[in-house]
Amino acid sequence: MSFVGRSDAERRAMLECIGAKSIEELWGAIPADLMVRGALPVDPPLAEYEIARRFAEWGERNADANRYACFLGAGIYDHFIPAALRSLTARSEFATAYTPYQPEVSQGTLQAIFEYQSMICELTGMEVANASLYDGATACVEAAHLAAGATGRRIVLVSGGVHPHFREVLRTYASAGSFRVQEIPAERGATSAAAARKLLTPEVAALLWSQPSFEGIVEDGAALTDAAQGAGALSVAAADPVALALLKPPGHEGADIVVGEGQSMGVPMGYGGPLVGFFATRKSQIRRLPGRLAGATVDLDARRGYVLTLQTREQHIRRERATSNICTNQGLMALANAIHLALLGAGGMREVATQCLEKAHYLARRVSALPGVTLPHGDAPFFREFVIRLPGAASDFVRAAQAKRILAGVPLARFDRSRPRDLLVAVTEKRTREEMDGYVETLAEWSRGRAGSPLEEAACRS
Amino acid sequence: MPELTLRDLSVQGHRGPRLAPLDIPAEGVERLLPRERVRTEGPALPEISEPQVVRHFVNLSVLNHHIDRAIYPLGSCTMKYNPKLNDEVAQLQGLAAAHPLQPEELSQGAMAVIWELHGWLRAIMGMPAITTHPAAGAQCELTAILMARAYHGERGNPREEVIVPDSAHGTNPSTVNQVGYRVVTVPSGADGCVDIAALRRAVSEKTAALMLTNPNTLGIFERDVGEIARIAHGVGALLYLDGANLNAMVGLASPGAMEFDFAHINLHKTFSTPHGGGGPGGGVLCVREALEPFLPAPVLERAGDLYRWNHDRPRSVGRVHSYYGNFGILVRALCYLKSLGASGLAEVSREAILNANYLKARLRDAYEPSHPGYCMHEFVLSASRQKSRGVRALDLGKRLLDFGMHAPTTYFPLIVEEALMIEPTETETKASLDAFADALLAIDRETVEDPALVRNAPTRTPVRRLDEARAARNPAVTWRDLEAG
Repeated sequence: MSFVGRSDAERRAMLECIGAKSIEELWGAIPADLMVRGALPVDPPLAEYEIARRFAEWGERNADANRYACFLGAGIYDHFIPAALRSLTARSEFATAYTPYQPEVSQGTLQAIFEYQSMICELTGMEVANASLYDGATACVEAAHLAAGATGRRIVLVSGGVHPHFREVLRTYASAGSFRVQEIPAERGATSAAAARKLLTPEVAALLWSQPSFEGIVEDGAALTDAAQGAGALSVAAADPVALALLKPPGHEGADIVVGEGQSMGVPMGYGGPLVGFFATRKSQIRRLPGRLAGATVDLDARRGYVLTLQTREQHIRRERATSNICTNQGLMALANAIHLALLGAGGMREVATQCLEKAHYLARRVSALPGVTLPHGDAPFFREFVIRLPGAASDFVRAAQAKRILAGVPLARFDRSRPRDLLVAVTEKRTREEMDGYVETLAEWSRGRAGSPLEEAACRS
Repeated sequence: MPELTLRDLSVQGHRGPRLAPLDIPAEGVERLLPRERVRTEGPALPEISEPQVVRHFVNLSVLNHHIDRAIYPLGSCTMKYNPKLNDEVAQLQGLAAAHPLQPEELSQGAMAVIWELHGWLRAIMGMPAITTHPAAGAQCELTAILMARAYHGERGNPREEVIVPDSAHGTNPSTVNQVGYRVVTVPSGADGCVDIAALRRAVSEKTAALMLTNPNTLGIFERDVGEIARIAHGVGALLYLDGANLNAMVGLASPGAMEFDFAHINLHKTFSTPHGGGGPGGGVLCVREALEPFLPAPVLERAGDLYRWNHDRPRSVGRVHSYYGNFGILVRALCYLKSLGASGLAEVSREAILNANYLKARLRDAYEPSHPGYCMHEFVLSASRQKSRGVRALDLGKRLLDFGMHAPTTYFPLIVEEALMIEPTETETKASLDAFADALLAIDRETVEDPALVRNAPTRTPVRRLDEARAARNPAVTWRDLEAG
């Protein structure tokens, strides 16, 4: 296959216009020893239908949420995505456009970003949101940078209730030395404000917590924000946007920055990418904001239009003094978020959140009634995700459930080897009563005979 | 007429797509959550029916320029055609609806896609080790400079400086600063290439790395790249290839042969994945064997017929992405590579270079090229001549919009006065290049005959020039800001 439209006659005419005798003359500047010799050692081209078949085979070797009942969460969720969203985001006009640096021919992208920013602010209770970041993890990193810059302090205090991968990415970036990560161990899956207060020294730039926590618990955001700000640190929440349709948004509790992963708003799980990070803060921090920002203005005829604004924060203008090195972001996913929020609207988002809450509690109630199955976090309030403790290795149950086409959850031993029996279970609005009852039945069958028996302490990494 | 906002279109009581009714007995939010944790006031999201939402976004979309409409000659951005099959295979449910933490035995298809992509890219780059975790080029840079810090740190001293040529993209110095190194800028010589004597003076035992874009942002191949590598390696520094301009080297020249220690690829540039109005991109970082232990975790491995993610990587810089990078973009890039195959890949850079040189030849009498001679896949013109007639590079770009074409990159690289940086890519036909050249030549005549026409452009676009100063002075960045006036 070739995407080049060129006849020999055209090539000759072009070379003649250039004044070159041969096409090779054009790259004469490349030293001979740096040239690729012969053809690249890769396969010959395939026809479209051959390629489609190959990818279909790969797809069939994966489990997916259409062929399995998916109770996996841990940051990525199987939510409903409207068909209209897929159709709109696939449009060439959105998908094949570049960053809107020429606003006169980019109003579609720019207004969509503006509406995205507006809706992120509505959900989080904040005043300004950027045009997106790579993912929830790097959004936390950018928040750490902002907090260190704004406070002149270096320690970022991170709750153990924050997604373990977010914490890992924070530690990776912290190795550069611009901030240091200190962790507060989670207590029963959540953040203890008392423990946080003990660690909130005058060197702490920010307290990073999660709403809900990684293990699903609804945090007391007001207490955490008060603790952080009482010590002169910023309160930074990593929040789930679906939960914010129902829960009190950190912005209403006084948080300084709200970041998070936007996958749950119309982005396919896609084996974990592309994702989209959101970043929202107060107007007072607008000049420290990382990444792109769309703003409204007027054109020469006084008609409303949109531009990328405050670009002097960004790397292409400010170079080494930029607020972040980000250039390419996750624009098309932010567009998906905007379309999703527009389609579902206030009522739809609340209904999604309410159904998640109801169904998660239904399943939690039913499984915890099984002999040997407990909820280690007791009656702590949770949203759409919860931990169950099993009478055997969680990874063993996951394997057993696979045979019934159930993706039963994420074994927490993956993140903490001392918890082989704990399984993180997520329930979205898409899970049916039949699927949940099937889950309970499968777990009951697997548990039978295990309750009370000695635990096999096998390595449980799935 | 400007498009209304979603907020303007909202009517209380309108609803979009519905969920199935709750099929279990409802407990009620008030019984399941403590009252003080529940929002008292719902988020003020719009209430709009599906047909109106579709119309709104379709009406917005047609205000955009895009590659399926006409040429998009942004220098260093590589706006080539995005094949439709790429998107189709990325939608396959087995790939799009797979969860990143489902058991590895149920993820072998996704892992095979990544593995196969790695093989193709290693062959193209001539480099042995690879990661596809970074989400974009700037994150590749950051990952590499963190790896350089770890590499030097293991040798007892992380060092202090990173050298960046003055023609480099802004992400280079910005990344260096973010990783805690000092930026040392080396100038370009009269020929547009790195000034070798200045580079010799700049390097020292303090130099951790040297970041080079090749061909550079003037579209000139750094012919002394061998010497540059010797200079960097002579002081123990690592050499980084910013792959923004890789579209000049695919199947033609080998970054591995150029002794780069790191080389990044932007899949959204060189390998045809859509730019999406600003993202997502796809970042790939290739490294030499000695740097392999520092790659971000987890690392994809193959044992027999089984793939696995190896998390046990004690010397790794750590995780840089929530999961495994922009997987859906990796799928698209592999689809493109399989479509082209060895024979198609051989054409990419050759035809891109031909197109750039043809455009340059057609324009060189009216616009001052930054440098004489052949260019690689892009070239830079200076609008200094037009400026003497009162028309700036910015105006020329705006006038092109009236011709239904996109403007080149303007005012970059910073070292050329009134720069117009033009990259046509291989997927433009001669007819399309001719139309673009004819438009720029016509605009040049306008700068003589009617410069005000060019200065006032565009007039045929959905909006005219926008007041950017006003946007920055009093930022209105949400609906609420608009309402507050």
